[in-house]
Amino acid sequence: MSSKNPTDGPVCGPDQEPRKGFSRRTFIEGVGIGAGAVGAIGAAEPARAQSSEPVGPDPVAITLNINGKSHELKVEPRVTLIDALRNRLDLTGAKKVCDRATCGACTVIVDGDPVYSCTMLAIEAQGRRIETIEGISTEDSMHPVQAQFVEHDAQQCGFCTPGLVMAGKAIVDGNSQPSMADVESGLSGNICRCGTYVGVRKAVYDAARA
Amino acid sequence: MATKYDWPAAEDRSLIGKRHNRVDGPAKARGAAKYSYDRNLDGMLFAKLVTSTVPHGRIVGIDTSRAEKAPGYKGHVNILNVGDEVQWAGAEILAICADTEEHVRDAAAAVTVLYESMPHWVKDEDVEKAGTANRVQPAKDDTKGPDLEEAWKSADATVEGYYGLAVITHCCLEPHGQVVDWTGDDITVYASTQAVARIPGDLAKGLSRDENIGTVAPDSVHVITPYMGGGFGSKFNIDTWGIACAKLSKMTGKPVKLMLDRDEELMVAGGRPSDFGNIKIGAKKDGTLVAYESETWSTGGIAGRGSPPVPYVYNNEERLAQKARHLNVSTNIGPARAWRAPNHPQAAVLTMCPMEDLAAKLDMNPVDFFKKNADLTARPEVYRYEIDKCAEMIGWSDKWHKRGDSGSGPVKRGLGMSLHTWGGRPHDSTCEVRIQPDGGVSVNMASQDLGVGTYTTLSVIAAETLGLQIPDITVNIGSSKLPISGASGGSTTVGGTTASTRRATVNALDELKAVVAEALEADAADLVAKDGKVFSKTDSSKSLSWAEACRKLGNRTITGQGKQPDRNGGKLNDSGVGGVQMADVSVDVETGIVSINKIAAVQDVGLVICLEQCESQVYGSLIQGVAWALYEESIYDQTTGKMLNPDMEFYKLPGAGDIGELEVHMVQNKYDDRGVIGIGEPPAISPGAAISNAVANAIGVRVPTLPLTPDKVLAALADA
Repeated sequence: MSSKNPTDGPVCGPDQEPRKGFSRRTFIEGVGIGAGAVGAIGAAEPARAQSSEPVGPDPVAITLNINGKSHELKVEPRVTLIDALRNRLDLTGAKKVCDRATCGACTVIVDGDPVYSCTMLAIEAQGRRIETIEGISTEDSMHPVQAQFVEHDAQQCGFCTPGLVMAGKAIVDGNSQPSMADVESGLSGNICRCGTYVGVRKAVYDAARA
Repeated sequence: MATKYDWPAAEDRSLIGKRHNRVDGPAKARGAAKYSYDRNLDGMLFAKLVTSTVPHGRIVGIDTSRAEKAPGYKGHVNILNVGDEVQWAGAEILAICADTEEHVRDAAAAVTVLYESMPHWVKDEDVEKAGTANRVQPAKDDTKGPDLEEAWKSADATVEGYYGLAVITHCCLEPHGQVVDWTGDDITVYASTQAVARIPGDLAKGLSRDENIGTVAPDSVHVITPYMGGGFGSKFNIDTWGIACAKLSKMTGKPVKLMLDRDEELMVAGGRPSDFGNIKIGAKKDGTLVAYESETWSTGGIAGRGSPPVPYVYNNEERLAQKARHLNVSTNIGPARAWRAPNHPQAAVLTMCPMEDLAAKLDMNPVDFFKKNADLTARPEVYRYEIDKCAEMIGWSDKWHKRGDSGSGPVKRGLGMSLHTWGGRPHDSTCEVRIQPDGGVSVNMASQDLGVGTYTTLSVIAAETLGLQIPDITVNIGSSKLPISGASGGSTTVGGTTASTRRATVNALDELKAVVAEALEADAADLVAKDGKVFSKTDSSKSLSWAEACRKLGNRTITGQGKQPDRNGGKLNDSGVGGVQMADVSVDVETGIVSINKIAAVQDVGLVICLEQCESQVYGSLIQGVAWALYEESIYDQTTGKMLNPDMEFYKLPGAGDIGELEVHMVQNKYDDRGVIGIGEPPAISPGAAISNAVANAIGVRVPTLPLTPDKVLAALADA
């Protein structure tokens, strides 16, 4: 691969520090993973409260703040945010593709940062502000990134589109004048199979300036 | 002979051939488009496959007792049974379902399958070793054209070289799979498919083989696929998992979702055959090609497959002496599925790469060499035009240098080119167009939009025909209950569906004109539908708005039928296109890393319907081409017989920053009278050969096989 490795991670808009907080890797280091995984939750900062009281493996009640609304659900601690969104809440905009933090199709924005929702546990997303593709537009108007995706035909089958739109939104939220290199870097954690990058790059670049 | 169905003349086209936003764009950009994977039905169960862990063996035991006690377990069905042979790792053995996705993973993991191991073979490139393992099927020589020996004698320069490309996999982002809801006698299938109209028969046949189920009528199956997340040739059938999913739904009385996991998707649900070959090619001093001889071999799994049509494009049988021999290598890997332009990308590598090597040996500029021999192609004038146009786009005359003559620094730059061809004939299609009294217009057929723009092209055809705008049209596709239309494969969809839609719309408009003629006391033959009005071309006072015209229908709905083919329905489509692509790359000879500076593509497809979506098909092809030229490969391990990279970390695909600058030129207003020809396959053929040729031009030596990974680049440099 070139120096811009597509697997480098969603993750950031330009000029941002790499993500802090919880990842599949730190989760594995912290508590192990598997059929009987036991998660850890706390009140104030659940994601980081590795020393608090263990819960599970049975389902636990959690509350998720998604697109400004509070959702109460019961999930096993091992349930990932993508599976909670898609299977429990019918928020199916974010897609499950690689399920291993590589392709970015499941990208959502958590506390302002793009995150692979296949790699965050639902219990870890408590107390955090979760934005999904369903929450960034109204019935009458699309977010500028979405509108520019349509303008530039930045989609074919469309399965990667929601993840790319959310990664694009994170770029433009953090930078109103991204260079094309900034755009490419910010999108480097998202993979499209049909080959829509030409339109995608232009869409995000133009959306920042819209 | 001209008919009323013919495409409007160029000056009368207000929508055809222009740029339009994708009709389904907003739904996709909003994340509102519901794919099969997105269906959540009441009480739905989750299913998962249990697949073979060995590459070759006989099943001697299947133990589901622990799985049946797993929390949430609801049922399982066998796909294979004790005594059956598995011939590749990842082969489907059974499907199991449970109440949640987490529970079904546990249940599947609790199934134990025992095998009696059998010898396996997964390597294809070393054909001698494969032969020793008794994995090479016999072949016969295919000889065409002038006498080969005489031709070799007449050649002033010959090149003998080794070329090839690896097995790759489709890696559709929406994996194969479906949700099935079997209620009473009705089977509703939300299938991720390229063949909405074919799936009912396919599923009914598969289910009817099970004596516990008995005969299932295809009409009891309703396939619903408004959106699908990528197919590229791999999603024509219901497959074992679709049949098993339906059985689980019947067994449990619940809707069941079974989508493949990513590793299964890469191991068993995709696969483009490899191709490797020793090629000998010869020309006279002036560059005239005289002979091409090949021994090629490939694998697409147990059945082999992948015989390339070589020599490719340059294949005139009267002037070029040709001899081809192809060997099938049988391997224990997931079986090949059609990939955009089956066997053509391979043929392009096996032809265009030796041709550029021969041009280098002759000290000729490849542009001159490929043009000089254009008479050996089926469409010389088209290719000469497209070569010149493409050369202009990439800046060939300024940037091209002789092979390897690329300066002293570690980063070498080079240019390369390739040509391709494809048929793209129309598939069979039937269409019903409805005009409602309230002015609503719908286009209805059991076709599908793979992301190529079918919603948009059909909207354009109906709107253009009726003098309306795109938002005035509703396109209903993706349901098998609608009039039958073909599967989307081989670039056949746009030609078939636009023809049936054009004919249906013209027929519907004729009926409307008859009603309006009576209301306006005009001659129906004088009426024209244009600019949102229906009016008399001989008396401008006789005019109704579209809404007023449709109100004259009272409570009647017009239904116009159209089909493809239709002998009396005008010439609306054709087959056979050309295309040229040129790549500009940089190669770091210290690291072996190849990067794309630019790729230019020129493509003819007859009459372009939607320019922007046509261009998107070409851009996408170039990007997929960068992927298989530089990164992609299904890597198999002979010791374990398994694919080593059935995931998206190590099955490498490019990102937005890996593709360089891409420039696409669709040839318009030149071949429009040929009618509509498909675009899905042709541009997907050339990128690999063009990029490989550019790398050879940059570094002075041929990297024999794709993908052109850094290790291979460095090895080729070391061998030089």
